[in-house]
Amino acid sequence: MKILVAVKRVIDYNVKIRVKADHSDVDLTNVKMAMNPFCEIAVEEAVRLKEKGVATEVVAVTIGPKAAQEQLRTALALGADRAIHIDTSAETEARVESLAAAKLLAKVVEEEQPGLVILGKQAIDTDNNQTGQMLAALAGLPQGTFASEVQVSGDGGDKKLQVTREIDGGLQTVELTLPAIVTTDLRLNEPRYAKLPDIMKAKKKPLDVKSPADYGVEVASKLTLLKVESPAERKGGIKVGSVDELVGKLKNEAKVL
Amino acid sequence: MSILVLAEHHDGILVGATAHVVAAALKLKASIGGDIDVLVAGENVGAVAEAAARLDGVSKVRVADNAVYAHQLAEPLSALLVELADGYSHVLAAASTTGKNLLPRVAALKDVSQISEIVEVVDADTFKRPIYAGNAIATVQSADSLKVITVRSTGFDAVGEGNSAAIESVDTVVENRHSAFIKQELAQSDRPELAAAKVVISGGRGMGSGENFKLLDGIADKLGAAIGASRAAVDAGFVPNDMQVGQTGKIVAPELYIAVGISGAIQHLAGMKDSKVIVAINKDEEAPIFQVADYGLVGDLFEVLPAFEGRLDQ
Repeated sequence: MKILVAVKRVIDYNVKIRVKADHSDVDLTNVKMAMNPFCEIAVEEAVRLKEKGVATEVVAVTIGPKAAQEQLRTALALGADRAIHIDTSAETEARVESLAAAKLLAKVVEEEQPGLVILGKQAIDTDNNQTGQMLAALAGLPQGTFASEVQVSGDGGDKKLQVTREIDGGLQTVELTLPAIVTTDLRLNEPRYAKLPDIMKAKKKPLDVKSPADYGVEVASKLTLLKVESPAERKGGIKVGSVDELVGKLKNEAKVL
Repeated sequence: MSILVLAEHHDGILVGATAHVVAAALKLKASIGGDIDVLVAGENVGAVAEAAARLDGVSKVRVADNAVYAHQLAEPLSALLVELADGYSHVLAAASTTGKNLLPRVAALKDVSQISEIVEVVDADTFKRPIYAGNAIATVQSADSLKVITVRSTGFDAVGEGNSAAIESVDTVVENRHSAFIKQELAQSDRPELAAAKVVISGGRGMGSGENFKLLDGIADKLGAAIGASRAAVDAGFVPNDMQVGQTGKIVAPELYIAVGISGAIQHLAGMKDSKVIVAINKDEEAPIFQVADYGLVGDLFEVLPAFEGRLDQ
């Protein structure tokens, strides 16, 4: 079975972001970018399924500017076989919203006919947590979101997928027919690091460049970003010297005890 | 136009988050008028429907009680919501794992965008929501005819319970061949629900082991607090993942948040920095948690916690 993995280029998770002075967006110039951490987990899971003999081919896909090819090369170095870059730089400077991303991915699913699609549960920039669910809806497939364990059971034409999901009260296990869409939670696996020889080999792996127009998808969104602001700052607090002082302050000053 | 709120429930009990979502719906109603209907979908959900009917501001509770909606699987429930969404201008649910699983699927089936985790209603089309782990607040405006929105509970005060709205049943039954519920393992706790607790005490990697989390029990009991954890504590296997507070766990905004042995990574701060009063107990005086803490105590938690618990008795 073929596995499709969607990856996104985002600001590195360690970076302290800055809001632009004109409040139009977050400043992305000269900021360290990386693969979204949840996407790394998705790539790792796909590669592990290939190593177990469940998957035959892993295809990585991204939607974004030309620079996003760096993240595809990372996916290839981690073990993906080939990559597809849907280049949006010609059409728009603006971000591609989840719905447009899901529409593009649905076209790729139609073309590639994967047995399983793995995405991260959310991107750490927009924090939307939408694309996997939207893709499942558009492709007419079942979804296993926030997965902490994924197991393929059965054989031949009757393969099923058991997904353990992280839900508010604990864990839930569902069984899905294949093909299916899975989104990864942090505890699904521990992603590996790419080794130098693999990074070199990844440069020779195939990478197709497409455009949204190739898929007949309109990227424009009905959602407008009006303003981006910094959240209200918390004022610096004080350090207390003892437990007695702490409890005293909480009782008499903050009045929360 | 009217507003449809999806009720959140577990084990036959209406979850507190629903009262917060209705509060957000009331803000919308101030701009657009119309009714606020609550949809209760599940199996044997009579008691949930009655609890939902008591929420102030609710016009009508619609109940879809059928085995296909048990455990609120996304595939059948989104199909039901798509059927019911006509006639509503807004569909709202809590930004819980249920709401996040479901609403993007509904939005895509209706070919509209979805707006996640709003913390403020500006007007009927405009909302504020945190991005980049809460380090920026985005104001977004939707031109879609149907707005599909998840609501961050901590952004809205819960409505009261003096109402007696009408309850009517919904006969729509959809088919689901693609997904099946297998099992559920829920953590048992007598303590208040993490997301709704007035006081939260959380442990991090500094706790050292799962066994040491017991040091928090006595304090939590005395304060009526819920116990949370940082991702580091969860990943180290100290406590189950449903206790995690942060960007990828639960978002809390209690009156008092006590962080014990937690360094204060961006990811964790995203889940608790709207708490009214933050206390940090950490032996590393350089820990970033002290930059957001109202009261910081530098010290060894193994000495501080027993002393703190003892002091609460006085």
